Amino acid sequence: MSFDVNTPAAAATAPTDTMAPLAHSEEAAAEQRQVVGMDRSSEVAVKVEHLDVVYRTSYEKVPTFKSALKRLGKGERVVKEVLALQDVSFEITHGTVLGIVGHNGAGKSTLMRAISGILPPSSGRIEVHGRLSTLLALGVGFNTALSGTENVMLGGLAAGLSRDEVNERYQEIADFAELGDFIDMPMRTYSSGMFSRLAFSVAVHMEPDVLIIDEALSAGDAKFKKKAAQKMDELMGQARTMLLVSHALGTIKDMCNDAIWLDHGRLMRRGDPTEIVNAYLKHLEVGDDASAMEDL
Amino acid sequence: MSSTTPTLSANAVERARQSTEVRVFEPHKVGLPPMSRYFKDMWARRSFANELSRAEMRAAQTSTFFGRLWLVINPLLLSLVYFLLVGILSGKALSLMNFAHLLVTLFAFYFISNCITGGAMSVIKGSKLVMNQAFPRALLPMSAVRTSLRRFAPTLIVTGAIMLIARVPIGFATLMAIPAFAILMVFGAGLAMLFGTLQVYFRDTSAFLPYFVRIWLYLSPVIWTAEAVVGGKFDLPIIKFNPLYPMFVAYNDALLRNEVSAPWMWAAGIAWALVAFVGGGLYFISREREFSVRL
Repeated sequence: MSFDVNTPAAAATAPTDTMAPLAHSEEAAAEQRQVVGMDRSSEVAVKVEHLDVVYRTSYEKVPTFKSALKRLGKGERVVKEVLALQDVSFEITHGTVLGIVGHNGAGKSTLMRAISGILPPSSGRIEVHGRLSTLLALGVGFNTALSGTENVMLGGLAAGLSRDEVNERYQEIADFAELGDFIDMPMRTYSSGMFSRLAFSVAVHMEPDVLIIDEALSAGDAKFKKKAAQKMDELMGQARTMLLVSHALGTIKDMCNDAIWLDHGRLMRRGDPTEIVNAYLKHLEVGDDASAMEDL
Repeated sequence: MSSTTPTLSANAVERARQSTEVRVFEPHKVGLPPMSRYFKDMWARRSFANELSRAEMRAAQTSTFFGRLWLVINPLLLSLVYFLLVGILSGKALSLMNFAHLLVTLFAFYFISNCITGGAMSVIKGSKLVMNQAFPRALLPMSAVRTSLRRFAPTLIVTGAIMLIARVPIGFATLMAIPAFAILMVFGAGLAMLFGTLQVYFRDTSAFLPYFVRIWLYLSPVIWTAEAVVGGKFDLPIIKFNPLYPMFVAYNDALLRNEVSAPWMWAAGIAWALVAFVGGGLYFISREREFSVRL
């Protein structure tokens, strides 16, 4: 399987005249699931109902008490309300590999955070069945003063695993990440590739029922990418449920058997990955949205 | 996808069936998550807070022998400095008992101070984890409280030694130091959560903290005793509104005099501790949803 090698530019050359109505696309996706032997429609993995996510954030790079006092004097406000997701509903069954496409700021990462429980809904409801593991853009290694081993343990414990459960997986995680002696060194000594390798290794070895991966597939060098691709294949072979955010549209087409397209926080379309990618690309071609064009 | 076989798929169905864990995420009511689940989650993941505290102490080398020794030497030297300073300023010869009071209370004050400074940095230091994983965020300041407690523990040896040297009366009431310290702990936990939240919104909070803590030290009965101010020009009702006043008086009465403080002292201490804990806790938990977009 080609993994993360199909550039969006290559995908852009794909025909865009295969767009079909939503109902048909869902049918096609269901058909595809049937073909690969994953039709378990009774087993809901993730259910999102009328999800709205609104949050307040600050314009300031570093919010300080000093600047707050200054603003108070001037009567300025730097807090803005972001309506990141609006009325998003979908449901996926176990074994689905769902690709999520959309321009920068479309709400893809917010959706992933909402499903992970990091940013709970403002309204609506999310149901996640099974153990969840997340590999978000920021990766593991939250405290760089601590060693890789300590960070793996802390990440596992925070995720709700017991000490024994983390220890059981530890060797596999360390071996897969290929960090050698660095695993016991403070993470501030790591290269960015080492960071990503460890993050990927932790996420895939947590034996998740639902794995969320946000823009994190380009981890490491060519050799590690190949290994990561094999691991992903293995996980898909075990019919784990995955939610995959990627700007590499080729990856979405290759790896996913279902896809959704988000635009300005709304669910535009759902269906067969190829159709969704093509529809998204067509939208980008006709659209004049500068932020959307960045993806091409 | 061609690698999927029906057998594997069947295994996966079985696994999915075994995995009964269902998480439901719904909007928070009045800004607060469902509290019973929150506390259940916190309890289930308490080992995270313990491990975080342990790992941070290892990184700061406070778990080594010399690291711990420093935890004792530092307040000991500081006590000596204050002892000399107070002696010179007051122009009186200070007794060993005065030194014992200074030492014992300074250790307790250091515990509170560590709760504040550690708690303030707890969320910021864990920002990557906060942005990547869902877990009850209050575990972060609680971990800072545990660290403060572990740093306080070695000072108990010095406390015991000075009690013996100063020949303080020891009896049943000495044991009241345990509930008195428990009140301090609850108060410290509340402050850790309060300052942990403030630091997210105002990143310069930690820059103000050393001054705030130092002023609070001077306003509390640490380098002066409650009796010493009675009848003096600083005998103002306002000094009793300092939350640490009743807490330290109760702690010192038990530890250094084998006495149980007046009931109002205990009541005031407990009230302050609860206000800080509930107030700080509600403030923290009501804001923690925002942490992932503010860090």
